[in-house]
Amino acid sequence: MLELQGVSKHFGGVRAVDGIDLTVARGEILGLIGPNGSGKSTIVNLICGLFPLTSGRIVLDGTDISDVPVHARVTCGVARTFQNIRLFGQLTVWQNLWVAQNSGEQRSQNFVRRWFGGSRGAREEIERTLEFFDLGRKCYELAANLAFGEQRRLEFARALSAKPALLLLDEPAAGMNAEEIDQLDNRIRKVRQDGITVLLIEHHMELVMSVADRIAVLNFGQKIAEGTPAAVQADPVVRQAYLGTTAVA
Amino acid sequence: MDFYLGLIQIIGVHTLLGLSAYCVLLTGQVSLAQAGFFAIGAYVAGMLTVLAQWPLIPALGASAVVAGAVACAVGFPALRVKGLMLVVATVAFGEAVRLFFFNFTYQVQAGNLHLGPHGAEGFRQIRYFPQNGWSTFDVMLFIWVVVALVMAGLWWLDRSRVGTVLRAVGEDELAAQSSGINITAVKVSAMTIGGVIAGIGGGIFAHYTTHIEHAQFGVVLATFAIAYPILGGLSNVFGTLLAVIFIQGFLIEGLRFMGDWRNLLFGGLIVLAMNIRPRGLLDAGAVQALSRLFFSSKERSGA
Repeated sequence: MLELQGVSKHFGGVRAVDGIDLTVARGEILGLIGPNGSGKSTIVNLICGLFPLTSGRIVLDGTDISDVPVHARVTCGVARTFQNIRLFGQLTVWQNLWVAQNSGEQRSQNFVRRWFGGSRGAREEIERTLEFFDLGRKCYELAANLAFGEQRRLEFARALSAKPALLLLDEPAAGMNAEEIDQLDNRIRKVRQDGITVLLIEHHMELVMSVADRIAVLNFGQKIAEGTPAAVQADPVVRQAYLGTTAVA
Repeated sequence: MDFYLGLIQIIGVHTLLGLSAYCVLLTGQVSLAQAGFFAIGAYVAGMLTVLAQWPLIPALGASAVVAGAVACAVGFPALRVKGLMLVVATVAFGEAVRLFFFNFTYQVQAGNLHLGPHGAEGFRQIRYFPQNGWSTFDVMLFIWVVVALVMAGLWWLDRSRVGTVLRAVGEDELAAQSSGINITAVKVSAMTIGGVIAGIGGGIFAHYTTHIEHAQFGVVLATFAIAYPILGGLSNVFGTLLAVIFIQGFLIEGLRFMGDWRNLLFGGLIVLAMNIRPRGLLDAGAVQALSRLFFSSKERSGA
């Protein structure tokens, strides 16, 4: 459903992303791994449209979205989370989700209803999402006052609020404990069951290896391997470049 | 007595000015253009009632539309720049408006009187209220009906999804964009709403002072406009009202007995107030304490 065709992004002389071809199939969970500075987050930012491409194309469901502005890509069905949590701190948990209801379907609602009244459908969606992320009790808390793990969950919830077809998770497990990672693993699987395609960027190997169907490995802005978790783990190039020459985590 | 009525009028008009800056500030933009919109509103409404013999309310409507349209047009280029650069750009706009009215002359002879704006001398004889027999009390009442309507409208807007989206943009533009919000549209809308409110405020100002001139709409007025919502806090519209009462009622009028020392204390007290209540006079904590006072906890959780 998503295709990166020869995508490059150079910052001055730095080739953050250098001629990458990558395809994400509908309904799969694709893991994207690589050492620090290998261009993973830049790829997410390019898919979201935060920077213009140096060269190449990004195609979503057969349409070239390379020039679509950031907010409109959400309407096209691409939502994301951030590596460093970026919530609306002085808004409540509920409001954080309310703001993010910007899918094409939600946008097509009656204008007055959407902006001024609260439609019942919108309320129920928020309630379901809060339930799923176990945040129901925190509904009226300010996002800034949540614990770290709850903030990570809220960010995931906010991304789902826009009803994406493709979800980009940028290091969702960073700073989480084993139990929280377990819950995250379950939630990512459930999200996929609901028909959402997931691109997962993660340093936590156990999580990626467990949840991803396929894994792509980046190094210095280039793709050095792609395949099933087992194949990638066995790949000597990957071992050398990223996982080290000894054991695999 | 008239002194107090006059003071209450000033507070009303400055509340409108402060609320116009409040709208823009919600989206995180510090705009010093509000005095410019206020000036445009004042001249448009004044010219319509004096030169075209319009009744007051349609004239205020027209000043709201003109000031709003200018704000919208200014919003597109101005809101592309951020932070200090936006402050500089909006100051430049405000000064451009002031200098326009400094040079603007459009006079009509009526009997032995010359009516209309006359450049540096200003625009005298905006006598709609005395001509139509409005007492100072009537004028005060009218001002506060308008203020109440604007505050009610903003209060409602604030609690709708619009208000939440404005605040989201003010919190984190990148996250707002990535959540599907067109931040340019949101910021320009906020600027337009602010322009409309400033236009109405300016129109009323022209009529109760009866004499307006370019010097009244300078950087000082723009600074006041942005100081009200910052000092009052952005929790809700009453913060701005509270700040106007504090500055106009207490600091400017209340300290008049101190003569020229007043200005020194004035600055000092604002600094003190900002230090004691960094998130504004009416911050989130104060709002919670007040609502606990008036509503049971059950009602609040349902809000």
